[in-house]
Amino acid sequence: MSGAENDGKVLVRAEGVVKRLDGRQVLMGVDLQVRSGETLVILGPSGCGKSTLLRCLAGLERPDEGRVLLAGVDLCAAPAAAVRKVRRRLGMAFQGGALFGSLSLAENLELPLVEFTRLPASTRRILARIKLGMVGLEEAMDKLPSQLSGGMRKRAALARALVLDPDILLFDEPSAGLDPVTAAGLDRLLLDLKEVAPVAMVVVTHEMESAFAIADRIALMHEGRFLLSGTPATVRASKHPVVRRFLDRQPAEVLEGARGLRRFLTENP
Amino acid sequence: MWRMTFSSFDRIFIAPLRGEPMRVGATIAQVARAGAGSLPLVALISFLVGMILALQSVYQLQKLGAESLVADLVAIAITREMAPLLTAIIVSGRYGAAIAAEIGTMRVSQEVDALTVMGVDPISFLVAPRLLALIIALPCLVIFADLVGILGGLLVAMVTLGQSASAYGADSMAALELRDIFTGLIKALAFAGIIGVIGCRMGMSVSGGADEVGRATTSAVVRSIVLVIVSDLLVTAVIYVRG
Repeated sequence: MSGAENDGKVLVRAEGVVKRLDGRQVLMGVDLQVRSGETLVILGPSGCGKSTLLRCLAGLERPDEGRVLLAGVDLCAAPAAAVRKVRRRLGMAFQGGALFGSLSLAENLELPLVEFTRLPASTRRILARIKLGMVGLEEAMDKLPSQLSGGMRKRAALARALVLDPDILLFDEPSAGLDPVTAAGLDRLLLDLKEVAPVAMVVVTHEMESAFAIADRIALMHEGRFLLSGTPATVRASKHPVVRRFLDRQPAEVLEGARGLRRFLTENP
Repeated sequence: MWRMTFSSFDRIFIAPLRGEPMRVGATIAQVARAGAGSLPLVALISFLVGMILALQSVYQLQKLGAESLVADLVAIAITREMAPLLTAIIVSGRYGAAIAAEIGTMRVSQEVDALTVMGVDPISFLVAPRLLALIIALPCLVIFADLVGILGGLLVAMVTLGQSASAYGADSMAALELRDIFTGLIKALAFAGIIGVIGCRMGMSVSGGADEVGRATTSAVVRSIVLVIVSDLLVTAVIYVRG
């Protein structure tokens, strides 16, 4: 793979990952590696398998073939204790936030601290406040997730993913369903994060603007495999027809229905 | 399903022996939900069923001139059969449905995934406290239902037969053996396991959207009621055969 500008350690590695869901092959052999301090954005249309890939990287789905290594630990082959240990170095922010609905924001952030550290309650609360402060949600720390807007929930989910200071961060659709201003704010947040800590980040998105804003490397995914992977500049300059179609926002030929509808509307006033 | 059952029983009974901490706080909260939350309904239903049993047996026993046996009949029927069965059905509908819906919703909103990614085992975090809470709460509810059901019978006996409360109470005590109450409690434990495992299992099986949560909830209630009654028959038959 090209374009790794720094020599950080490879923290996320996928080798020939194949995944079938309900008899359909979703991933057709994906290879990737992300180094510490590097941000890989997986870009692609809905249904191309990018979320499934992220779930494989997080160990939520077991690849049918190939393997996933986080910090050198094979999620499928390593002993359970080693997997549990490496999981603590992993933070994941889910698309809808996946905050625990019965807990306040602060309690959501404190949960990993309760589970994995012996910090006293006051320290946990301070840590939760600091992380929520990073995403601008200090004021809301005693609110329930249901009292927050979608963008606030996403930011809170990011804060929770960061609470144990992970060195691997997976982010599913940071800007989906957000207004452009909030989405840009989240992009800014990820960039700031990169400044302060050498995190290996994998971000899955279908928003091109946000992808070009935050990526060190972009991998374009189409029908379960990477078409192209490189720096934002390489991707922008690509001549591959499918890549062009995605970047130039042209509809695919399969959208025959839309054309039929237009014909119907123009011919039958 | 078996894997979940074994691993949650492992978390409840074996893991503490290995020195792993139990989720005491979460379990207490669930006991309050399952037990205290169901208390009014269990009280109402078993009081009414105690009255109904007494009315039916007064009607039949009067023909034989054996009205004095009403207390015996009500006491034994309530403790051995009605209290555990009715309590289990009420708790399946209230708490079993609630845990299936709750865990199912957590599946839909990816909260269960979030736990897994954090390295928190969803079985020990979600399933074990609920199962343990049922194992604690259901026998308590059954003992309570025993008492309230006998009170219902007493009311009917006082009104229709003019029996005195003390005589009725003495009759009940004389009729009951410790074994009758234990039979009910053994059933309660079995029912607790069934309701907890099925409720959690159905919740965990949700993989799509909100409509699946509804389906899982319905199927949790239906399956646990059917299994409760089937296992009731089995336990009763075993106890009957063994004397």
